[in-house]
This record gives sequence, C-alpha cells and structure tokens, in this order.
Amino acid sequence: MADALLFATLNGLVTGLLLFMLASGVTLIFSMMGVLNFAHASFYMLGAYFAFSLSQHLGFWPALLLAPLLTGVLGALVERYGLRQVHRHGAVAELVFTFGLAFLIEELVQLFWGRATQDFRVPALLDFPLFTLFGQDFPAWRAFMLLLSLGIFAGLYAGLTRTRYGLILRAAITHPQTVANLGHNVPRIFMLAFGVGTALAGLAGVIAGPVLGTWPGMAASLGSLVFVIVVIGGLGSLTGAFVAALLIGLLQSWAIASSVGMADVLALLGVSFPPDHPLRDLWRLTLPQVAPLLPYVLLVLMLLLRPAGLAGNRED
Amino acid sequence: MGSRKAWAAAAALLGALPLLFDSVLSVGILNQMLIAVLFALSYNTLLGQGGLLSFGHAVYFGLGGYVAAHALRLTELGSIGMPLVLLPLAGAAGGLLAALLLGSVSTRRGGTAFTMISLGLGELLAAAALILVAFFGGEAGISGDRTAGPALLGVNFARETQVYYHAAVWVFLGALCLAAFRQTPAGRLAMAVRDNPLRAQCLGYSAARVRLLCFLVAGTFAGLAGALFAIHNEIITSQALGTANAGQVLLMCFLGGTGYFLGPVLGAVLLTLCSALLSDYTTLSTLYLGLLFVGCVMFLPEGLGGLLVQLHARWRHGRLGSLARPLARCALPTAALLLSGVLLLELAAREGEVLHVAGLALQAANVWSWLGLAGFGAVASLLLRRELPALQAAWQQTGAAHISQGRP
Amino acid sequence: MFRMPLPALRHLALATSLALGSLFSPLTLAQEPIRIAFIDPQSGSFAATGNSAYQVLTFAAEHYYNSRGGVLGGRRLEVVALDNKAAVADSQLQLRRAISEGMQFVISGQSSAVASALSTGIERHNERNPEARVLLLNYAAVDPVLTEDACSFWHFRFDAHADMKMAVMADHIAANPAITRVYVIGQDYSFGQAVGAAAARLLPARRADLQLVGNELHPIGQVKDFTPYISKIVASGANAVVTGNWGADMVALAHGIADAGLDLPVYTFYAAYDGITRTLGEAGRNRIHMVHNDHANPFPSDERRDFTRAFEAAHPELNVTQPRLVNTLMMLVQAMEAAGSSDPLQVALALEDSRLTTMTGEQIWMRPQDHQLFAPLHVSVHTDEGIEFDLDRSGWGLRTVHTTPLEATLTPSSCQMQRPAP
Repeated sequence: MADALLFATLNGLVTGLLLFMLASGVTLIFSMMGVLNFAHASFYMLGAYFAFSLSQHLGFWPALLLAPLLTGVLGALVERYGLRQVHRHGAVAELVFTFGLAFLIEELVQLFWGRATQDFRVPALLDFPLFTLFGQDFPAWRAFMLLLSLGIFAGLYAGLTRTRYGLILRAAITHPQTVANLGHNVPRIFMLAFGVGTALAGLAGVIAGPVLGTWPGMAASLGSLVFVIVVIGGLGSLTGAFVAALLIGLLQSWAIASSVGMADVLALLGVSFPPDHPLRDLWRLTLPQVAPLLPYVLLVLMLLLRPAGLAGNRED
Repeated sequence: MGSRKAWAAAAALLGALPLLFDSVLSVGILNQMLIAVLFALSYNTLLGQGGLLSFGHAVYFGLGGYVAAHALRLTELGSIGMPLVLLPLAGAAGGLLAALLLGSVSTRRGGTAFTMISLGLGELLAAAALILVAFFGGEAGISGDRTAGPALLGVNFARETQVYYHAAVWVFLGALCLAAFRQTPAGRLAMAVRDNPLRAQCLGYSAARVRLLCFLVAGTFAGLAGALFAIHNEIITSQALGTANAGQVLLMCFLGGTGYFLGPVLGAVLLTLCSALLSDYTTLSTLYLGLLFVGCVMFLPEGLGGLLVQLHARWRHGRLGSLARPLARCALPTAALLLSGVLLLELAAREGEVLHVAGLALQAANVWSWLGLAGFGAVASLLLRRELPALQAAWQQTGAAHISQGRP
Repeated sequence: MFRMPLPALRHLALATSLALGSLFSPLTLAQEPIRIAFIDPQSGSFAATGNSAYQVLTFAAEHYYNSRGGVLGGRRLEVVALDNKAAVADSQLQLRRAISEGMQFVISGQSSAVASALSTGIERHNERNPEARVLLLNYAAVDPVLTEDACSFWHFRFDAHADMKMAVMADHIAANPAITRVYVIGQDYSFGQAVGAAAARLLPARRADLQLVGNELHPIGQVKDFTPYISKIVASGANAVVTGNWGADMVALAHGIADAGLDLPVYTFYAAYDGITRTLGEAGRNRIHMVHNDHANPFPSDERRDFTRAFEAAHPELNVTQPRLVNTLMMLVQAMEAAGSSDPLQVALALEDSRLTTMTGEQIWMRPQDHQLFAPLHVSVHTDEGIEFDLDRSGWGLRTVHTTPLEATLTPSSCQMQRPAP
C-alpha cells in the first residue's frame, strides 16, 4: 500500500504542476482583462503540435524553445486582433469568443495534422527510468517535467514580484489609468502578458505531449479542468491556483489509488438495495471509478460554500 | 399583444411548410428545426433575458427527453397508456424537476460563478449519463415506439407529417408562453436583474429568486424540447445531454442574436439547415460553423437578428439607399476573400484530390495553387480594406439619429 | 445567344424525354444502380475511421462487382457516404435522406448508440411503410444487446460482439499457464462495463487458478494520466491486463504501461489502425494483443494479398483496416443473387443462414436466429517481425498467434425476433 501511495503522490505532483502551468496563464489573463480564457488549453495543444512538427526537422530541444515562442506570438496576435475587438461587446461576448476559439483551434488542428494521435516521443536523452521502486519505473522525463514546472513557478513568481516589468504589470492590473498616465502603453502590456501566458501553456503542451498523448482531443480533456482549478483557487490569485492545482492533482491520484466505494458506505450504514434497483449503478460506484470527475464535484461544492475560492478576496 | 398578426403569420407558415417541402427528409429537417427553435428560445430566456451564460443547458433538454423516452417505452410495454400528445408535458415536468434540483443551488449567484457551476454540473451529468446504465440505457440509449399509445382522433403518429404538426403545435405554444413570460412583471424583473442586480435588490427584489425563476422557465421548456426530440427520433441517448449539444444551443443564440426574441429562432433555423445540408458538400462543415460563430461574436455582437433589425430600421427611415453604393463596392472583394479562404481550406483538407474551379485545376501538391489562392485572397483583402471605411461611415451616418440602438 | 420562350422549351424537353424514354426505358431500368447508404462519420472527431471504411467499401464494390459487369444482371453498386458526425440525431436524419432517395440498404457501424438508433428506426419504418423497406448491415457496433434483447429482423451484424470476442480472449489467456492474475480496466460505459462483466464471468471458468485481481472502470476521455492506474496494476501483482479501451484512452494506457517498465501482456479490442499502430510503435512490441477477425500476417490467401495490394496502390495513405466491410458487401451481393432481386425482404431472407468463403479463405455464417455473423476469430500480437503488411506505413503490424474456429465462437442468444408476416 505504501508504494502505491508514494507513486500516487509523485504522479499527483507531476499532474498538479502541469495543471498549474496552464492555470497560471489563465489566472494572469483573468486578472488583466477579467475574462476567463476558454481557449487556453487550445494553446497548450498548439504547443504540443508545433513541437511535434518542429522536432521532426530540428530535433526536440530546439522545438522545446521554439514551440512555446510560436504559441506565444500566436496568442499575442489573438489578443491584439480578436479579444481586443470583442472586449467592447462585454464580458459574456469575450467568454463566448474564447469558447468559439477553442472549438475553432481544435478543428484547425484536425485539418492540418489529422485526427489520429501523433507519434510525439520523449527525446532519447531522457528516455530512461530514473529509478525503480516496488517493480514500477519512474521515467526520467517525469522528473524533468517536475523540475521544469517548479522552475517556471519560481521564475514567474520572482518575475512578478521582483522585477520592474512585474511591477508595471501588477500596477497595470489594478490601476490601468495611472500606469497609462505614467507613459506606459497599457494595451501593449496586456498583449505581451497574454503572449507570455499562452507561451506558458505552449510549454506545458511541449512537455506533456509526449507522455499524455498529442491528439485533437487533448485540449478539451484538459480545458475545463484548468477552469475548475482557477475557480477553486480563487479567480485572479496565483497562489490559490498553485494550491488548487496541486490539490486536484493529488486528490485524483489518491482517489484512484484507493478502493473505497458506495458499497462500503452502505455496509457501514447497514443499508442494502436489491440488485435490480433502478439506481443500482449509483450504489455500486467506487471512488476510483469517479476520480476524474472529482474536480467538478469540488467545483460545485466550493462555489456553494466559499464562492470566492480558496484564496480569493471578496472585493471583485 | 400588438403582434397578433405576426403570430398568426407564424402559425400559417408552420402549417404550410410541410406542404411545400414534403419529402421524408425535408419533413425530418423541419422537425429538427422546430425542436432546435424551442430549445434555443428556452436557452435565451436564460442568456438574453436573464443574462445568465450557461454551459450546461443540454442537461435539462436531455433529462426531459429521457423522461419522455421512458414514458414512451413503458407505453410500448403496456405498463402505462400515455397518449403521445401528453408526453411533452412529462418531458417539461422532467426538465422543471431537474431545474428545481440543480437550479436551487446554481442560481444563488449570477455572472461567472453561475457559468462555472453550469459547466461543472454539465460535465458531471454528461459523465453520469454514461456511467448510470440502468436509467440512461448505456450507449444504446432508451427507445420506444411512438405509435404504441392510444390513438387520438384516429391519428397514431406513424407518419412524419403527423409528428411534425404535433411538434409544431407544442413549439408554437411554447414560444407563445416564452414570449408572454417576457411581458410579465417577473420577466421584466429578470431583465432588470440582468442589467443591474444591485439596483434591483435595492428596490426590494431578490436577484437570486428572479434568477431561479428564469432558470425554472428555461429548464421546463428545454425539457419540453427534449421530449419532442425523443418523440421525433423515438430514441434518446446520452449525447442529448452532452457538452456538444450545450455548445450547439449557445451557437444558435449568438448566431441569431440574444437581444431579440426572434434571434434564437433565426439561429436555430440557420444552424439546423447548415448542419443538415453542408456535410453534403464538404467534410469541413464544423470548421465553417466555428468560423461563422467566431466571426459573428467578433463583428456582429447583436447577431444576424441584430443586423436585420438595424437594416429594417434604416429601411423604415428611407436611408437604405445611401448604404447601397458602399455596400455594393464592398460586396465583390468580400465574396472574393471568402472564396479564396474556402478554397484554401478545402485544398488543405483534400490531399491528393484535384479541385476544379472556374476552369482551374487546384491541387494540394502544387505550390502554385496555394500561392495563387493566397495572392487572390491578399488582393481581395487589400481592396476590402480600402472600401470598408466608406461603408462603416455610411452605416454610422444612417444610424446616427432617430434609430434606437441595442435592445428593444 | 438566341432565347426560346419558356413554354416552348418545356414542351420540347417533354417531347424529347418521352421519345428517349420510350426508346431506352427497359435498358435504363436494368442499368439502374443499386445504391447503398453508408451512414458513418465523415466529419468530426471520429471521421478518420469512417473515411477509410468508406474508401474500402467503394473500392471493394468497384474491384469485385462494378468492374466485372455489376450484380443482378448488370446493375452497378453505388456506395453513398452520408455523414452522421457520429451523432444519433444526424444518423436519423441521414436515414430519412436515404429513404427519401429510395436507397434500400444501409451500412453503418461506428458507435453502438448510432447502430441502436438506426436499428430501432428502421424496424419501425419498415413496419409503417412496408412498401419502402430498408435493411441495416452493421459492420462494427459490438454492443451484444443488438443481437440479443434488442435484436431486429432488419438488422444484421457482421462483426463478433463484445462477449464473443471476450470468450476468444479468455481461451487464449487460459492457454498460457504463466498467466494467473488478470487485471481488467475499461472505459465506464456500456462496452467497457460489458467487457469487465464478461471477463469476470469467463476467465475463472476457463481455468481454476485464473483469478481476476482488479476490475477498474474510468470515465471515457477524462483521464489525463494513466500512471495512478498503472501503480494499482503493479500493486495488484497482475501478470496480464485486459482492456476494452479505444482511441486516445488506449494509446495512453499502453504508453503508461510501457513507461512504467511493466512486462505484461495487454489484451485489447481496439489497439490498431488509424494512427494507433504507429503511435504504439516500440511501446507495444509483443505486449499488445488484439482480438479480431480477418487476420493479415502471415497472409492467409493470395486473393487477400491481391486485394490489399490493389487497395493500397489506389490509396497510399490508407490500410484495409476493416476487411469485414468486404465480407459484408460480398454476403449482401450473394443474398441478392440468390433472391434474384434487390427487395430488402427477399434479401434479408436469403441472408439468413447463408454461408460465404471470404477473400481470406475463411468460412463465415449468418445465424438466422439472431442475425449474428459467426467467423473464425483470431488473437494477434503487435510486432515488427514477420509482418508482410504493416499498418499506418509504420513497419509495425499484427501477427496472428491464436485462432478460434467458427464452431467454438457460437454463443447462445436471448433474441426473440419479431419476423414480418409472410
């Protein structure tokens, strides 16, 4: 049991940190523009696909650098020529625009790369088991993912709190008028920040593509989950998003490792149902069976009990 | 109501349509259209009237449909003897019940919180529909024979047109109810809460209760539409309450325009036609719909309905004439731009095939095909850039005075 | 250009068509093509399989019949692709289109939801419109219920259903004494659940020391990372895995198992074709086993080899992924010739209890009781050795390691078929 728990924790951390790379971008963009970017996970997908295509010509490592850049540029263009236009029509239109964009990007990816899963591999340099514990390998690539995402978190945090650009950005979020009066081009700051956010998503795509699969559904499967994290963490809070991402990563992982089910709960309560009960499937549910759905349950509970999220404040 | 004539005209149109388009296929499409219209109208009670953006409205459509399908099945098995004409009521009751259960928790807050809860609940219910086989019938769904119930005046609903007229009556009644709801004090309050919840609350109204009321109305009519879907197809599967269906109805409303009662109707009709007929010509039909949607959100925030209303207003004031010239000058470059875009996409989708257009043979493998099309598109867009300001100016000018902007 | 008044034009057209009609009508009637509606996804996420299936079907119709003078004395077979976007509502609409255009045969297969909708829809349509009946040929939807409790006279299934395939897999697993502990994992919907239930029922019955050490379900398409499941498999001490997963869930599971360095055989239903074989690559070597019909390596017959070569020459980017489609078409034509007509009722009656030698050289049989096809079933392994015909142009393919003859695949059916009055 201990070995399963250890692996579950390690995997939960990897997933959680990956989710955070996406959630950080969504949070950043929400703080700036007040819009939840539904298409954020689509940039994650684009990052993976760009890296796949680039790595076929240039090798993996240049692709690791170029694909996020390309994604970021694309993101900045979307902000400049799409979102800024829609901004005038109100918050609902913005949200719906990003929703449509996510749909569109998925269709375009299918058009250019086809519908099948792409053969995007872990580079040979890191394609070995780092250690073996209780008969299960822990691939070196996962350790790399872990380190890289931790590095990104540290870099982002330092960048936002310790550098001049971070200062201007944070000021532009809270006091756009003042920052503009001081001579900064606020729309351009926002565009750049949007680019950085999408580039981060692209980077997440590059490192996740080889292990989680590079296929047209990869954005949809992650998109709503990232939303859930941002909302649970408290809209606009980077620390909240970090905590929520880890929480959800670990929660899912542990839930799968467990083997508790409704049957145990019913036995504890001393209740039993006939096997042909109309809701029989409900009484047979187990925790691992619904583990991937737990974040949504958590979301609904959170919004009911503490609508501002883990780290949100009541101002907005 | 001052629009009696319009309703009478709508009723006449509903009656005449299957006489004009009488093949099995066209009656089938008309039927789908009716269902989509009611579904979109119910959704707009939430979005347009209440200002609540939901990503999970298909849940109520689907659950209503399941209730109706179970009733249909039980009738076929002989356990109950429910006449078909009452089934939509069962569906509506199912939708109402689901909306009551889920709405009482999700409408406590509006705005983003509501949207997020609707997303969470939508995902949960869609997943549950696959997991809970006993009620949802697994992948095969729940199916029943619509002719099994007691016949009404000799009509047993075996023929498609009978089903159409049955649906038409229900959709007409449903639309009438939803239009009437907009006029009631409660319906007006919903708009007030949409525009300024704080002010509505200061006047002594509970925003949460108004939202819940809107939600219940929307859920009920979505359930009714779901029941009509189950009757038309004689089967319902978990796809009906999936997220794709929820996205579809959002698309319809935005396409048609959420600010007008007829907007969703327009969107539903257009979208049903597109998805039924476009796939005959291209494998990229979903991509084109996506482009249309994003383009609509970007450039026509009021939807096609909004555009029509604006045009109509200009026409009424006799100002359409001054728009004609700039419009005509923009038309050709726009058409050329669209054509080159479509051809580029089709070329990308058809590797190894040859596209014959206007005497030219375009091929994906031929780089000149790509360059030629791109150049054509670039020239068209340059021309359009030159002509567009004149059109924009003329549009602003003709709309400046007298014409009310925005929502009625 | 000179313009003719409209009424005159109409009269001229009428006169011409009458004259031509009286001249050629017997001939044109005989030459009228037999149109087959192929209702499968041609756009959307599931289009890859639908597209390649359509190409195989069209190619087979051309290769075997149209190029050899057609069927029923010179009538061409024409396959019309009707896109259903894998959705139930669109399938119903396309069925109506097929009916309005007078098509009498529908081939469909992807998704049991669609097959169920079409089967019940056609059953009712035929009952209400006996003058315009339609026949459904299901080439791939494997929910057992379609030929069991929900069976229909107008539905014929040309693929082995989930329980039959699981029985073959159980035979193969039981024959390997090294396997004692089996872990079952699947997508949480009717097919995944059916696989789990069948495995739990069949495996311990095949060999006393064979036990099920896990029976896990996960929501379809919701799992981002399979590693936690892999940890559970390791912890259970399993030495074989059975899964009904398909698509991205299948690829991710197989990669998870390979990444964790587990040397376990994985028994699957849908771990090949349409990009999956290429993506699995080395991770699947000698690990992925798949149960299917119409095996390809080593090549069973010259005819199959010729057909495959000809198809791949015409469509360099595709494979003959589902040779069942060719069997479906062949059995349909054979029944038409036997009945001497293309009337769906006559064809359906001729299809019942019919036998056919496929291009692979195997005998297949359509059981009249439930309209379920029986054929020899095979278990093959994913490898790059001894592969004459690879998949996805990847060098990898499936090599047959186990064959269950037709007689051994027979399973009882609970079907109570409503037959049309003679």
